[in-house]
Amino acid sequence: MKDKFDCIVVGAGPAGISAALTLVRAGLKTVVIERGEYPGTKNVMGGILYTRPLEELIPEFWKEAPLERHIIEQRVMLVSKDASTSFSYKSKQLDEPPYNSYSIMRATFDRWFASKAESAGAIIINETLVESLIVENDKVIGVRTGRADGELYADLVIDAEGVNSILARDLGLHPEIPEHNVALAVKEILALPREVIEARFNLKAEQGTAIELVGDISAGMMGIGFIYTNKESLSLGIGCLISDLRKSGMQPYDLLDRFKEHPMIQPLIEGAQTKEYSAHLIPEGGYRAIPPLCADGFLVAGDAAGLVNSVHREGSNLAITSGRLAAQTVIEAKKKNDFTCRALSLYKKLLDQSFVMKDLKKYRNFPAIMEKNKHFFTTYPSLLSDSAYEMIKVDGVPKKTKQWKIIKNFIKGRSLWGLVKDGFNLLRAIG
Amino acid sequence: MRIEDRLFADRFRADTKSHLKIIDPKICHKCSGKQCTYACPAKVYTQEEDGSVRVAYEGCLECGTCRIICQEYKNINWAYPRGGFGILFKFG
Repeated sequence: MKDKFDCIVVGAGPAGISAALTLVRAGLKTVVIERGEYPGTKNVMGGILYTRPLEELIPEFWKEAPLERHIIEQRVMLVSKDASTSFSYKSKQLDEPPYNSYSIMRATFDRWFASKAESAGAIIINETLVESLIVENDKVIGVRTGRADGELYADLVIDAEGVNSILARDLGLHPEIPEHNVALAVKEILALPREVIEARFNLKAEQGTAIELVGDISAGMMGIGFIYTNKESLSLGIGCLISDLRKSGMQPYDLLDRFKEHPMIQPLIEGAQTKEYSAHLIPEGGYRAIPPLCADGFLVAGDAAGLVNSVHREGSNLAITSGRLAAQTVIEAKKKNDFTCRALSLYKKLLDQSFVMKDLKKYRNFPAIMEKNKHFFTTYPSLLSDSAYEMIKVDGVPKKTKQWKIIKNFIKGRSLWGLVKDGFNLLRAIG
Repeated sequence: MRIEDRLFADRFRADTKSHLKIIDPKICHKCSGKQCTYACPAKVYTQEEDGSVRVAYEGCLECGTCRIICQEYKNINWAYPRGGFGILFKFG
């Protein structure tokens, strides 16, 4: 058998690179197969990377990694048709190293991350698509690539191919992803001069803001918008559940235009030039949608395993951690020379012990509750804006009368029973 | 902003052959929703006058929406482009 590796990793994203780095450091012969021109050219995310999980792999990575700005302010904007109510947390603590998170660009970041695995000894094969798994006696023994004579063999395959998870699906670990468990996000890179960004977002050099937006911008769908500041651009995007997109009949780019033209958003991006337009799926099913994570000779990590915390908009950190834990499992399996699914169940155990599964479990009810209660995305942001306007406007009406009017509006909007139910559901969703 | 202008900002290396295939074109005539024609973020799918669906794979952003949203008929044979081809993100 030619070209036998200890482990084949499919996909050079955060999960795959994290796995490869961990494997080669333990002396395992590892190859990463990447379909892009170089790692990062096929990869998209909103743009926030959390420091901690990567720091465990590469101490003080921020001294050399290509990063944009460290985030010192996290803002949530609840948006109605022509107003917004914001909650912001900004602190000096977030402005002291080691920083909690950074805005990044995946094309440059992933390329750097992969170079770390490469210099540690991993072989990275670019421009190569894994078309299928090679399965023998129900055990995965390698991969078939699109290249001539492109079969590669290994004791184990780590599937870090990303959200579409085609290989795991074809192996029978999960059916096609249902449309209510996945969101489509469209995003633009909007170029603006550094000083304009810093003035508009009230930042100093290197400081950044992360804004998430809920409300009118998603046009009644379950969805979230975001604006993240980079050095000389903004990452602006919006994601909605595919099942909602179907019902709405809307085109994703029209939704993006609508978002960009919102009176509370437009001044922030005035004069910006679109440098790139991208689209990507986000697993939104959470804990209850996670497929079996292994088969004989096979492990799944990152988005391919649906490991995304949709409440906190975290994904790449779960990917990095799951990739590392998958690699640790491979290292143990290699010691015992046992590559059965039973031996690989250590992976699930390690994930369960980590923040990955603990967080996902905490929010296990969130996806279903939000999907069935669209008014969290529609009615409430508007009610909040109307209430704020009512209380702030000085028009001779006594505040007590205004307060009653607000309460009546809430009851009119949701009914008394609806309000009680929403409160209960919200508590249940965020556990 | 027109979708064409958006895609113009992107870098592609288009293959000569489509990586997306409509399995049975006749089924598209039966499909009343034609979700692919509006849900695709790159407007890859357009309905022709005769009711068939045309696939402009060159602008595909490789997200997977079309495959997932064609649930009733599962009529799209979805694959990634060959290695090195397709969208090449500069920023990501």
